[in-house]
Amino acid sequence: MAATRAAPVPAPTPRGKSRGPRTGSHAGWTFLLRRLGFYLVTAWAAITLNFLIPRFMPGDPAVALLKNLQQTTGAAPNTAAVRAVRMFYGDPTRNLLQQYLDYWNNLAHFDFGLSVSHYPTPVSGIVLDALPWTVLLAGTTTVIGWLLGTLLGAFVGWKPGGRADSLLTPITAFLYSLPPFWLALLAVYVFGFTLGWFPISGGYDPDVPFQLNNLWFLLSVLRYGALPAFTLIFIGINGWMFAMRNVMAGTVSEDYVLLAHAKGLRPRRVMLRYAARNALLPNVSGLALALGSIFGGVVFAEIVFTYPGLGYVLFQAVSSHDYPLMQTIFLLITLGVLAANLIADSTYVLLDPRTREER
Amino acid sequence: MRQFLTNGKVRVGLVILGGFLLLALVGPWLVSSVLGTDPHRIDYDALGVGPGADHLLGTTSSGQDVLAQLLTGCRGSVEVGLLSGVLAVGVAALIGVTGGFLGGRTDQLLTAVTNIFATLPSLPLMLIVAGYMTRVDSVVIALLIGLFEWPVCARYLRAQTLSLRGRDFVQALRMVGESRWRMVLVEIMPHLSGVLSSLFLRAVVTGVFAEAGLRFLGIGGGDSVTWGTMIAFAQQQDGVLRGMWWWFVPPGLFIALLGTATALVNFGLDEIGNPVLRHSGRAAIRRARAHLAARRDRTNTVEVTS
Repeated sequence: MAATRAAPVPAPTPRGKSRGPRTGSHAGWTFLLRRLGFYLVTAWAAITLNFLIPRFMPGDPAVALLKNLQQTTGAAPNTAAVRAVRMFYGDPTRNLLQQYLDYWNNLAHFDFGLSVSHYPTPVSGIVLDALPWTVLLAGTTTVIGWLLGTLLGAFVGWKPGGRADSLLTPITAFLYSLPPFWLALLAVYVFGFTLGWFPISGGYDPDVPFQLNNLWFLLSVLRYGALPAFTLIFIGINGWMFAMRNVMAGTVSEDYVLLAHAKGLRPRRVMLRYAARNALLPNVSGLALALGSIFGGVVFAEIVFTYPGLGYVLFQAVSSHDYPLMQTIFLLITLGVLAANLIADSTYVLLDPRTREER
Repeated sequence: MRQFLTNGKVRVGLVILGGFLLLALVGPWLVSSVLGTDPHRIDYDALGVGPGADHLLGTTSSGQDVLAQLLTGCRGSVEVGLLSGVLAVGVAALIGVTGGFLGGRTDQLLTAVTNIFATLPSLPLMLIVAGYMTRVDSVVIALLIGLFEWPVCARYLRAQTLSLRGRDFVQALRMVGESRWRMVLVEIMPHLSGVLSSLFLRAVVTGVFAEAGLRFLGIGGGDSVTWGTMIAFAQQQDGVLRGMWWWFVPPGLFIALLGTATALVNFGLDEIGNPVLRHSGRAAIRRARAHLAARRDRTNTVEVTS
C-alpha cells in the first residue's frame, strides 16, 4: 500500500524506452487495481465506523431514539418501532459480532431503518429524494469551478512574478480564505436580500408543479440554484487557481517548454499544449483528493440556501437527533466520495502516459 | 532565516498573525478596561441596533455589543485552533515520522491507515460523532478537529522523514551504531522543524475554520464566544433576512484575514524553498534560446566541414 496516493508531482522518470526494469506493460492496470483495492478497504472502514460509532458513544442512542420517537409521535413506541430501532442499533443482548453481521445483512437489503424525525418514513426514501439535488449542485459546480480555476491558474502561472500574478495571487489568497458558509451568507445578503436578484431559499418555485418535463419547472430549478451554484463555483475557482498556478510556475522553466519556445512555436500554443498540459496532472489528482472537502462546501451552501439536498437533510437530522437518517447520509456521502475518487484516479491514468500501457 | 524575514509577503503575514495572537492574549482585558463592557452584558436600550456611537459595531438581538464579542471571540477561536493544531501535528508527527523512519511493514500499515483517514470526508464524520455527544464544548470540538486533521500533515512528515533517512549523515549515524530514538529525536526532528512549524501554522488556521464551520452547523452550546459562534448566532437569528450585516460580516472578515496571513507566510516559505515560483521564466527561456541557436550553428558548421 506504500505510495498508493498518486504522487502530486510527476516523478522524474525518463519518458522514452528506459533500459531499467520495466514497470510492466500493464502499469496502468496495475495502478488502477491497486487503487480499487485501496478504495474497497476504505469503504469497508467507513461502513464499519458507521457501525461502531453509535455503539461506542457514551449513552445508549437506541434509548435516546425511542424517547425521541415518543416525543414526535406523542405516544409510547409500539413493539414494531422498538424492533426497528433495535434492529438498527443492535440488541444489547446479542454480541457485537452477531450485531455486525445483522448490520451487513441490513445493508445488503438496502434496509436503513426508519427516520425518527419523519417517523415512520423509511430513511432510504428521504435520502433518495434529496440525492438528485446534491448531485446536480455539487456535480456542476465542481466541474465548472475546476475548469475555470485551472484555466485561470495556467494563465497566471505562465508568467510567475508577472503583473497578473502579483495582482491576482494575493487577492486569491484572501478570497480563498473566506469561510464558505460566510461567503454564502454574504451572497444571500447582497444578491438575495439587498438587490433581490435571486430567490434565497428552496430548490424550485413552489408555485410551479414538480414535473421534470415542464420547462417552467426546469427554469425555476435553474433560477433557484443560481445563487448557491455561483457561490460554490466562486469558492472552487480560488483553490484550483492556486494549485495550478504553483505547478505551472514550475513547468514554464522545464526543458521541454524551453525547447518549444526555441522551436518558435506561438506562445499560446506553448502555454496550453506544453506547459499547461503537464501542469494539469497534479490538479487532476488534486480533484480526487479534494472531492471529500468539496462536499463540505456543498453542505454549507445547502444549509444557507435551504436547498433540498443531502447536506440540508443531514443538518436537519443532526439537529433533530435523527440518528438513522444521519448515518445513512454519512455512508452515502462517503461512498460517493470514494467512487468519485476512483473515477478521478482512472482519469489520471488516461492523462499520464507513464501509468499507461506503453505501445 | 534572514531570507525568511526579509520576504515581503512573510513580513505582512507575520505582522497580521502577531496582531491576532496579541488580540487573543489581551482581547478580554481590552474589552473590559477600554470598552468598559463584556461580551455577555445586555444593553436593554439597544436590542439589535446598527453600528453607532454607543456600540461601534452594533448589538445582537439580545443587546450584546458586537465589537466586544469580536475582540473576545479571538481568544476562543485561537484557543480551539491551537489545541486542534497541537493534536493534529502531534499525532501526525508520531505516525508520519515513525512510518517514514522505520519503513517496511510498519510504514505500509501506517500509510494505509493515514490514507484511509485522509480519504474519508471529515466534515460529515465530525458531524456524526458530535451528533451523538450530549455535551460538546470548545475542548471537545478542538479534539474532534484535531482527530480528523492529522492525516494530511502525517503524509508530509512521512515524505520528509523518508528523504532525510537516506541522507549521508543519517547513514553515518547508523554506521556508528546510534540508537534509533536518539537519531529520530536529536538528528531528524530538528531537520523537520521547518516543515513542522509550517504545518502547525496551517493546522491552527484550519482549526479556526473548522470550529467556525461546526458551530455554524449547530454543534456545541454557547459556552464560549468565538467568531464561529457569532456567525452561527447570526444564522440562527435570521440575521441575513433581517439585514443585520454587522452580525456576520466582521467575524467572517477576521477569519479570512487570519487565513490570508497564513497563506502569505506559506507563500513566502514556498518561494524561498523553490525560487522558480518567484522569478519569471523569461531569463531561462532567453538563455535556452541562445544555447540552442549556438548548438544549431555548431552542428551546421560540422556538417559543412565534413
